[in-house]
Amino acid sequence: MIALAHRSHPLWLAYLVHRLSGLGLALFLPVHFYMLAMVLTDPEGFDSFGLWTQNPLVKMAEFGLVFLLAAHFFGGLRLLALEMLPWSGRQKTLAAATVAGAFLVAATFLLRAI
Amino acid sequence: MLDGPQTLSVSIWRGTGTTGAFQSFEVPRQGSQTVLDVVSWIQQNLDPTLTYRYACRVGMCGSCAMMVNGVPRWTCRTHVNKVDQGGALTIGPLRNLPVIKDLAADMDPFFEKWVKAEGLFHPARTRHEEVARVDPASEARRTADRAIECINCSVCYAACDTVAGNPDYLGPAALNRAWSVVNDERDAGRAEVLAAVSVSGGCHNCHSQGSCTRHCPNELSPLDSIAGLKRETARSFWRKGR
Repeated sequence: MIALAHRSHPLWLAYLVHRLSGLGLALFLPVHFYMLAMVLTDPEGFDSFGLWTQNPLVKMAEFGLVFLLAAHFFGGLRLLALEMLPWSGRQKTLAAATVAGAFLVAATFLLRAI
Repeated sequence: MLDGPQTLSVSIWRGTGTTGAFQSFEVPRQGSQTVLDVVSWIQQNLDPTLTYRYACRVGMCGSCAMMVNGVPRWTCRTHVNKVDQGGALTIGPLRNLPVIKDLAADMDPFFEKWVKAEGLFHPARTRHEEVARVDPASEARRTADRAIECINCSVCYAACDTVAGNPDYLGPAALNRAWSVVNDERDAGRAEVLAAVSVSGGCHNCHSQGSCTRHCPNELSPLDSIAGLKRETARSFWRKGR
């Protein structure tokens, strides 16, 4: 593991999560568009797919998908703040904490609503 | 009496150019021992052919940087007891640079990139004119201050995975220097510097992994300097070079 020792810090991990989540989303999107197209080309097939998505394992996979989307979205915001705003490290930490807090409150509200 | 093992198991890279292998040495542990002390002890007591580079021993000259247990460090200011893994040390030449011999890396590509990034002063006055006055409290001067204490040790360059993946990338130190030049009110080459760091391999190649800032022994932030160059080059682009 010595070859990886210089990478063991939070910013490198954030870089890795951002890239891997982007890759995961890129792989998912063609499948997503194919399923949407099925509404027009094969409505019965789409309905049976809808039933299949009730499977608990698929629900878990959906959680993973939402996680990828959230990680990539906030990773992108982090990068924009890091590169485009000439702030100090402390200001950036506070801004990230504010966004994370807002996200937590809004997500909790959304989960209660649905 | 020191805590832990009384001898250090040290693996040191031996070889010339692209060939070589790690060689093991047993070195007595001492209080307040630095990694450079360990390397010097081996060279003075076990193998006088061991090649390495150092000069000041006090963290000013930037010549003794090496990979220590996979992390680039200034070895003269790195205490063994802060970095050893159960008495084991693996010491190699700096990453991302050609090896001359053993622990001595060839620094030429590193310094060539400083010149390529226009990390040099472009004077606006001759010696016959009055010396320019720079207000120490001005924003530009304070921004330059944050980047100015670089000792050219190449630790950031060795830590950077973008350099590892793209040999044309100018690297954190050269870009950090370019940023301090951009913020020098006396410098007349601002447009040249911004053009030099905008090319392929310039500041926009940085992936913001932050290993440069994480490992800089002088606690500078090349990451912030490169972000500053990204902003200034973008601004210059939208203003069509003005």
